[in-house]
Amino acid sequence: MKRLLFLISLWLWAGVAAAALDPARVKDLASDDFDVKQAAVAALAAAGDDADAQRLLKALSDDAVAVAGERVVIVAGDQVLDAATGAAIKPAPANSESLSLNNSLRQQVDGALAAVRLLSTDRAERLAAARALLADMGDGAALLPLFDKALAQEQDGEIKPILAQLAAQAALGSPDVARRLQAVRDLSGSGSAAVKALLLPLLDAANEPEEKVRLEAGTAIKAIDARLAWSDTAGQIFTGISLGSILLLAALGLAITYGVMGVINMAHGELLMVGAYSAYAMQALFRAKFPEFVDYYVLAAVPVAFFVAAAVGMLMERTVIRHLYGRPLETLLATWGLSLVLIQAARLLFGAQNVEVANPAWMSGGVQLAENLSLPWNRLVIVAFSGFVLLLVWLMMNKTRLGMFVRAVTQNRPMAGCVGVPTARIDTLAFGIGSGIAGLGGVALSQIANVGPDMGQGYIVDSFMVVVLGGVGQLAGAVWAALGLGVVTKFLEGWAGAVIAKILVLVFIIIFIQKRPQGLFALKGRFVD
Amino acid sequence: MQNRRTFLKAAVLSASIAAMGGLSASAYAADTIKVGILHSLSGTMAISETALKETALMTIEEINAKGGVLGKKLEPVVVDPASDWPKFAEKARQLLSQDKVAVTFGCWTSVSRKSVLPVYKELNGLLFYPVQYEGEELEKNVFYTGAAPNQQAIPAVEYLMSKEGGSAKRFVLLGTDYVYPRTTNKILRAFLKSKGVADADIIEEYTPFGHSDYQTIIAKIKKFAGEGKKTAVISTINGDSNVPFYKELGNAGLKAKDVPVVAFSVGEEELRGVDAKPLVGHLAAWNYFMSVKNPENDKFIKMYRDWAKKAKLPKADTVVTNDPMEATYVGIHMWAQAVEKAKSTDTDKVIAAMGGQTFKAPSGFTLKMDETNHHLHKPVFIGEIKADGQFNTVWKTKGPIRAQPWSPFIPGNESKQKL
Repeated sequence: MKRLLFLISLWLWAGVAAAALDPARVKDLASDDFDVKQAAVAALAAAGDDADAQRLLKALSDDAVAVAGERVVIVAGDQVLDAATGAAIKPAPANSESLSLNNSLRQQVDGALAAVRLLSTDRAERLAAARALLADMGDGAALLPLFDKALAQEQDGEIKPILAQLAAQAALGSPDVARRLQAVRDLSGSGSAAVKALLLPLLDAANEPEEKVRLEAGTAIKAIDARLAWSDTAGQIFTGISLGSILLLAALGLAITYGVMGVINMAHGELLMVGAYSAYAMQALFRAKFPEFVDYYVLAAVPVAFFVAAAVGMLMERTVIRHLYGRPLETLLATWGLSLVLIQAARLLFGAQNVEVANPAWMSGGVQLAENLSLPWNRLVIVAFSGFVLLLVWLMMNKTRLGMFVRAVTQNRPMAGCVGVPTARIDTLAFGIGSGIAGLGGVALSQIANVGPDMGQGYIVDSFMVVVLGGVGQLAGAVWAALGLGVVTKFLEGWAGAVIAKILVLVFIIIFIQKRPQGLFALKGRFVD
Repeated sequence: MQNRRTFLKAAVLSASIAAMGGLSASAYAADTIKVGILHSLSGTMAISETALKETALMTIEEINAKGGVLGKKLEPVVVDPASDWPKFAEKARQLLSQDKVAVTFGCWTSVSRKSVLPVYKELNGLLFYPVQYEGEELEKNVFYTGAAPNQQAIPAVEYLMSKEGGSAKRFVLLGTDYVYPRTTNKILRAFLKSKGVADADIIEEYTPFGHSDYQTIIAKIKKFAGEGKKTAVISTINGDSNVPFYKELGNAGLKAKDVPVVAFSVGEEELRGVDAKPLVGHLAAWNYFMSVKNPENDKFIKMYRDWAKKAKLPKADTVVTNDPMEATYVGIHMWAQAVEKAKSTDTDKVIAAMGGQTFKAPSGFTLKMDETNHHLHKPVFIGEIKADGQFNTVWKTKGPIRAQPWSPFIPGNESKQKL
């Protein structure tokens, strides 16, 4: 009963305070002058415990505040509320123009909202607020008393360390030397670039008069730097592996058609393009027919792309390439012509412009490994996918009858024919499988690069580079070459920029091939050329 | 059998005669003024330039519906230089010497403009260039309806450095590797230096056209931003590379609140291809936004939407307008006004009549072609990206400002300031 009374009195108090939200200040929100607007937001943030102020802050953060004539209003669905009192306005004003904030004001509003929620009774809300404040805290010094209060109240094991860090960050601006020193010590365990940025100004005597704190900040920064360097390198290796997995997916199909069968297939890039357009077509189909499963169109696109690209590849083999076996120059010209045909076909079917292939929701965003190391989901999925495709190809080549036939035909065609292997059919099937794998690569590419008729042209050089560097006829070679090229390119890019890196990689490959024409891995054993 | 064959022959013959007759008749009757449209409809720049071709066709139809120019209808001649710079020159020559066009509206990248310039000078043609660019150029045969650096880049950087824009102290200058980003960044570096920004606080990064792997660059930006002072990124990335760049930016969790990215070549059209939600708050500087509210703009947007439906453009219900489209629209109208004033489509007479032309533009301002420097006086808007891919204007100039094609921040340009 006592508690109820207390609640009622609190509610009454809030009701009284509602009238205290100064309408003139609210009107300032619509001002054209940035300083006036900022002062209005600051006043609102200061009155953050007030229910009306909170509602207005929430509306500002949701972009639901509008200006109707002279009046600032909150638009809530069909209803239009007065911004200062929250009373519904009837009739609703006809035309209102939405009031929007820029980055710095939005930061202020979000900070104020999060600060209020730190004291909420809902655990999830407190956690979210603490995380939001940690992600971006503007001028934190003013919030120190609030953090101290929240920290004293907080019992939750997950929220407490976040609050402690927030309090330490805010305490860096405290006038109390001992408090500052303690804050620097507390922060030295962090691995975040943002914390380092907060500590850096403390090295300067102009900002930090106390020698002890300056020294301590120096030590803390060194400790943070060591952790940052580790996660930087890890990040760089990951980007290299990610690029390598993309190169591998692009080149794996070629490793079969060129590496194993010896067909110089200039239309390989276009088979990637066919795969990517299959993903686009599946996306369109899912959007139109099964909008509730649209996030899973990629999964459906995988088999579709494989079979469509395989069909295109088999058609190419049956109609053109089979007549040109053993004549590399003619094959080169003919497949180049085919690539132009495929590009024009894509232009006719889908238009010359790039098409939009969206990442499904489960492939957007990233996973945070360390404070400055987040790995994007789409790239993680592609790395895993390339491993899956590699496994598939290996199983197919080494564990199936078809794979055995393919190896037999490529090693000794007449002998294979003599023991009853249908060599012509095996050629077609092998080319189809190589093309289908290129189609799978296309699905992966559609998730990170642009999908357009010309997209294949950008990958043909890279694909040949991987296969030649790895050693013709070797799957393992392609894997090492792709990953190696990926990591080397990314380290060079970090050091010399994208343009120079590309040149250096090409120069390296030219020199390498001159010294070791057989590539990284050479085929060993007896076989007929 | 014999009968049937003769019948067929006769039919084919008469049909071809009819076709020829029809052709020559139409060619005779149509006393038209030919207008060239030189935009990439395929390749890496198609993402940006296709909409300009559509805008030009729409504007030509609008003018024709009102009776054309000098009592004659305009006849568009569309060619596709396919994002291939030498091909731009080839196609320009074809437009001028074969099709004998009176004027050309075209080009997006500066490298394509540089490639066609000698052709226009040699054959004394007339080119309207609708895109913001790096300046350092003033050709008699060209009218620039896009922004010069002082009408876009410089105000944008000033905004970033202001308290309102977040008081940025360090800058990443990121661009595609060609003449426009390189020159703009040269100007910006000199400008930042004049504002007291040290060389150590500026990094420049370039990527090739069509680059699609921005992991390293994003990691570099993150690292650079983590070194203490407020950092901003100035992006002059052009064409479809913007899509993977913004995708990576969103996935890497680099928020506009921490490191704002201001782009000079990204507008409503380019954002149609990306999910704009992770990009909220990043900026662009232009002389027009689709979200600007005024009757002229409402009319312009409606006209383009109707056109998209009529021309059956892909996704016609979600088409957007952007700055270079507005500049194309304004350019064609101003050219038509100048032709009316000169009473001729002769290149030299039209050039003489262009100076001082005014037009009430969709940006809400009356734009004027400068009397001497071939550039428009334009207002500057800075906008933040909203979740729906539109821009929310956070800053704008009071009125149109005059272009300085020769930037005062490049040494050697002092004597050219009065142009």
